[in-house]
Amino acid sequence: MRFAVNTWFAERLGDHGIHSEFLADHHPVHMPCLEIRLHDWEQAAGEARRLEMRMVAVWAAEAGKHDISVSGSRALYVYMAFAHPEHRHALLRTRLRDDTREVQSISGHYISACRMERTLQDMFGIHVRNIPDSRAWIKHEHWPENVHPLRADFSVTRMSVEPERNAIDYDYVQSSSQGVYEIPVGPVHAGIIEPGHFRFLAVGEYILNMEERLGYVHKGIEKAMQGRTAEHGIRLAARVSGDTTVGHAWAFAHACEYASNTAAPKRASYLRGILCERERMANHIGDIGAICNDAAFTFMHMQMQRLREDMARMHADVFGHRLLMDTITPGGVCRDVDAVSCMMLMQQTRTIAAEVEHLRSIYADHPSIQERVIGAGTVCIADARDIGLLGFAGRASGDYPDERIEEAYPPYDDVEVRVAEGKLGDVATRIWVRFEEIADSARIIGQLLETLPEGDIQAAWIPPESGVSGFAAIESWRGEIAAWVRFGEGGCIDRYFVRDPSAINWLGLELAVRTVPVPDFPLVNKSFNCSYAGHDL
Amino acid sequence: MLRILHQIFKIGTVTEPLSESNQLEILGTQLEQAVRKHFKGSLAIRAVDAGSCNGCELEVHATNNPYYDIERFGVHFTASPRFADMLLVTGPVSCNMETALKMTYDATPAPKLVVAMGDCAAHCGVFGCDNYAVAGAVADIIPVDVIIHGCPPTPTDIIQGVLKAIQG
Repeated sequence: MRFAVNTWFAERLGDHGIHSEFLADHHPVHMPCLEIRLHDWEQAAGEARRLEMRMVAVWAAEAGKHDISVSGSRALYVYMAFAHPEHRHALLRTRLRDDTREVQSISGHYISACRMERTLQDMFGIHVRNIPDSRAWIKHEHWPENVHPLRADFSVTRMSVEPERNAIDYDYVQSSSQGVYEIPVGPVHAGIIEPGHFRFLAVGEYILNMEERLGYVHKGIEKAMQGRTAEHGIRLAARVSGDTTVGHAWAFAHACEYASNTAAPKRASYLRGILCERERMANHIGDIGAICNDAAFTFMHMQMQRLREDMARMHADVFGHRLLMDTITPGGVCRDVDAVSCMMLMQQTRTIAAEVEHLRSIYADHPSIQERVIGAGTVCIADARDIGLLGFAGRASGDYPDERIEEAYPPYDDVEVRVAEGKLGDVATRIWVRFEEIADSARIIGQLLETLPEGDIQAAWIPPESGVSGFAAIESWRGEIAAWVRFGEGGCIDRYFVRDPSAINWLGLELAVRTVPVPDFPLVNKSFNCSYAGHDL
Repeated sequence: MLRILHQIFKIGTVTEPLSESNQLEILGTQLEQAVRKHFKGSLAIRAVDAGSCNGCELEVHATNNPYYDIERFGVHFTASPRFADMLLVTGPVSCNMETALKMTYDATPAPKLVVAMGDCAAHCGVFGCDNYAVAGAVADIIPVDVIIHGCPPTPTDIIQGVLKAIQG
């Protein structure tokens, strides 16, 4: 792998007097990590905003092997990543002062950074100055006050829950206006879904405001990843969000491979593409059925569930797992496919795409479902850009970030990806984009199977030396997954950060349900289908 | 409407005691008999995600798909623990879900059967029990009758686990 060093962002920052230093122990160089001074932090984010870059993530890490540590304790670094459609990703980082551990908030430029900054406060005890919302986020009320799980000096294996703290209430947004009433929902929801809390403020039938409270399925994944080898860690990465197991395993593997300067063999990258596109198809098929079910169009739900089951069974036969878990390893994939399996995959993919097209014409033909989805739960293009809405939700609103095109990692450097360009941003457009993506994924799978190169499926995995980090951005079915990994001694992971697209798209749902009738909430919610597990980590 | 009917007739019944899976047929018959005997023909399950990655939930959904159609045996998923006969709990119990799980358990009328589903529910799975954010396996938090192993368990495993719980 040889890439040209991407100096675009460093030059733009330099034009505005922001000095940045290129970090040599970060890979790949076309998505560089630049160190800037602490007092330039907020201005750098403002510059990124002016350059129309998308905010990818904000996270923190304690000093790695090559970083400066004063007086024995490990210094804290804060990172942020941005992406530009043409100039790709760039990471910035800065070192916090040991005595104050303060950083300026960038939420004024990118509102979607706010929850990530709140997580920094919870997990590291970093003080984010001028943060518009300083409430704890992942750290729920019952946690002891001064615990910061991602700091090295945190050694608690079980949180001692303090019963008296259970009585503390989260400070939800409230309204004192007459006629406004609250509906609390969750964390245990009515359906077979993940836990989270929604607090509605409603007037009559209509939602005035919906506030999300997440973090219920926080399982300490970032901490649990520390000290694992990449081969061991990928099993955990594959379970960040069970419905996106291929996407998350790929993002993890890709970040590790960049760090160690390993390239997966071409055949392996094609197989990864096939796995990822099959996952995209299966999830879109399941979701379209579920959205229709929420509007009482059960016929579509049953038909789509049938197709999804057909896919799951084929996955068990060909790849050994119904949901495709543990099929990707650092350096390649676990299972090869023979000619017979290729034929079966090809045939089934085509049949399912044709069946979906047929069902789509029935869906389009029914005013009863069309009435419910057209114009429901709209996110306008300005809002979508503002929060950096990702994946199919972004594409439905007129913003089209797609890492398969922008980053064009293998195998997408060999195949064309056609992006569905929606505009209206309502439930109907999100369904339309999903239908389009099912058809396009089927086409891509066909092309990858036809041109599947011969060769190995696994490159020898040699972990990088201590202190080296890697960053990857993979387009999962929900949208871009950003993963950053840094290795420590003995090939073990020292810090893993991953941002599921849901971390951003949850904000889209909050915007979409304003002025929507309360009974339409499930419909709109399902059209986004954000991951709770992927967000909570 | 005609096109819907046409599609329904064209696909026919895909539900599977027929020939596809003998195991499911035997299971199904046993399950139906057990549900009839112990629950007057209707078993209501409340599924609780106590920290799962959502993989288990996908397979619980699959038990409702036209192939498995668990409802034909009298088993259905309910929205409230208040009228549930069984809790089907997934995931390692996260610290942030511990209270909610206990409250759900308390809200379920006796005799409440509890099925811990999946490797995480059984022994915290890949997330590990020595994890600050994990309160423990399901059995560490509420009494468990039956454990279904698997990551995630297949729909057939789930049907089998439910059967075992109501026979036990």
